[in-house]
Amino acid sequence: MLEIFQFDFMIRAFTAGITIAVIAPLIGSFLIVRRYSLMADTLAHVSLLGISVGLITKVNPIGTAIIASVLGAIGIEKLRGGKKISGESALALFLSGSLAIATVVIGLAKGFSVNLFSFLFGSISTVSLIDLYLIIGLGIIVLATIILFYKELFLVSFDEDLAQANGVPAKALNFILVILAAITVSLSIRTIGVLLIGALTVIPVLAAFQYGRSFRQTILLSVIFSLISVISGLFLSFYFALPSGGIIVVVALVIFLLSLAIKKTG
Amino acid sequence: MHITDKNTCIEVENVSFRYDGDSVLENVTFSVNAGEYMGIIGPNGGGKTTLLKIILGLLEPTTGTVKIFGNEVGKSKKALLQIGYVPQRISRGDFHFPATVEEIVASGRTARRGLLKWFNKEDKTAIEEAMETTEITGYRNRSMNKLSGGEQQKVFIARALAGEPKILILDEPVVGVDITSQEKFYAFLQKINQQFGLTIIFVSHDIDVIAHQVKSVLCINRELVCHGSPKEFIKEEFMEKLYGKKVKFILHGH
Repeated sequence: MLEIFQFDFMIRAFTAGITIAVIAPLIGSFLIVRRYSLMADTLAHVSLLGISVGLITKVNPIGTAIIASVLGAIGIEKLRGGKKISGESALALFLSGSLAIATVVIGLAKGFSVNLFSFLFGSISTVSLIDLYLIIGLGIIVLATIILFYKELFLVSFDEDLAQANGVPAKALNFILVILAAITVSLSIRTIGVLLIGALTVIPVLAAFQYGRSFRQTILLSVIFSLISVISGLFLSFYFALPSGGIIVVVALVIFLLSLAIKKTG
Repeated sequence: MHITDKNTCIEVENVSFRYDGDSVLENVTFSVNAGEYMGIIGPNGGGKTTLLKIILGLLEPTTGTVKIFGNEVGKSKKALLQIGYVPQRISRGDFHFPATVEEIVASGRTARRGLLKWFNKEDKTAIEEAMETTEITGYRNRSMNKLSGGEQQKVFIARALAGEPKILILDEPVVGVDITSQEKFYAFLQKINQQFGLTIIFVSHDIDVIAHQVKSVLCINRELVCHGSPKEFIKEEFMEKLYGKKVKFILHGH
């Protein structure tokens, strides 16, 4: 069974996958309690624009995806802060808008449609060594930032007005959160895919909500559920030649359904 | 007009606030002494919430200044640390935020500890004491979502107390709390006002409660209508200014 680890690409896929499995639900927890569930999905679409630009200019597409989604995240927060447009509409605008531009860019550079499929749904064989360094390096930064600002992020998420009234820099923390979300989403493109990363930031967290009493418990549980989904998903992807993103999210869904069922009987 | 009394904890000077050209507050000036127990009252849309937000640094006044123990709000972070804020307990509907009572109370200590620092022993003691004062230590590990309105209100007060403020500001604290709990709640406010010398300010639309409980009343209807003892407040002329002609104040005997 462990022949799977004879392949370098699988070791890279597992390392990348585990890193993402830890940070995606952490970010997701903060996004969901702030009713930003669609933020990850939106930023994923923005990162697709980055990918298409990267493919045309022959720059590492994960790099361009990070740049695009971070800029998108800042844009969404600015629009929301300006109060001319609601948070939800800002997400809708960026989600469909960036997808539209991405398709135009892709259309202009005919010929990489095969490659695109792996970006949309994730593929275990595509994590390059450079990608891996990016994922580990930035993944550690995301994790460290959440730990360092945990008590502030908790306060701002639970009661933004109070945070501000207490002199906690709520606006800066909002920016930090969405920028971390943007980075996380872009790092997940290889193994999970643009269309499915939103699911990995949301579904394990929703399953954890069924059990967690404290916030701390809930986010730790969501990381455990996410790790189970990613690790078993990668195995299944390898042995059944399935796109990794899809099978990972299916496992997460099964865990969520089980959490509902077990909660009800328990 | 400078008030330099060392007992003054809040100084509001010539505060005006305009929103989209409409005047919400006009030249409001008053001061609050340390240890006071004050109610802010006024009709809906009269600017009392705006005033509260300006004192809390959530809104910037168009003109004028607010000082907390001599430190200007918006210029000095010290000012805000002196205030414990209990926001209006909005109904969160089916919104589910998994958090225990203890986690919520501890979050009130965040600003005092500061960025990039973990809670230390001193913080943990303050959090414990806040829970003891509000008598919620017994359900510290319970989920916030499973508490009644009155219990949640206590948690929010404990959260404010965890920051060891000198002033406690409450926005419509009894909305959604049943009558018996309301009375207990006001008795509790009186207790912490007397025992700890905590300055308490709350906004309410409930005139009756204000007349019975507080030591002073501030009436706001775009401008300052009156500021004095509850007895002065119930004079008819003020009621007219506040709520229009037909309103009469009926004191319920207790």
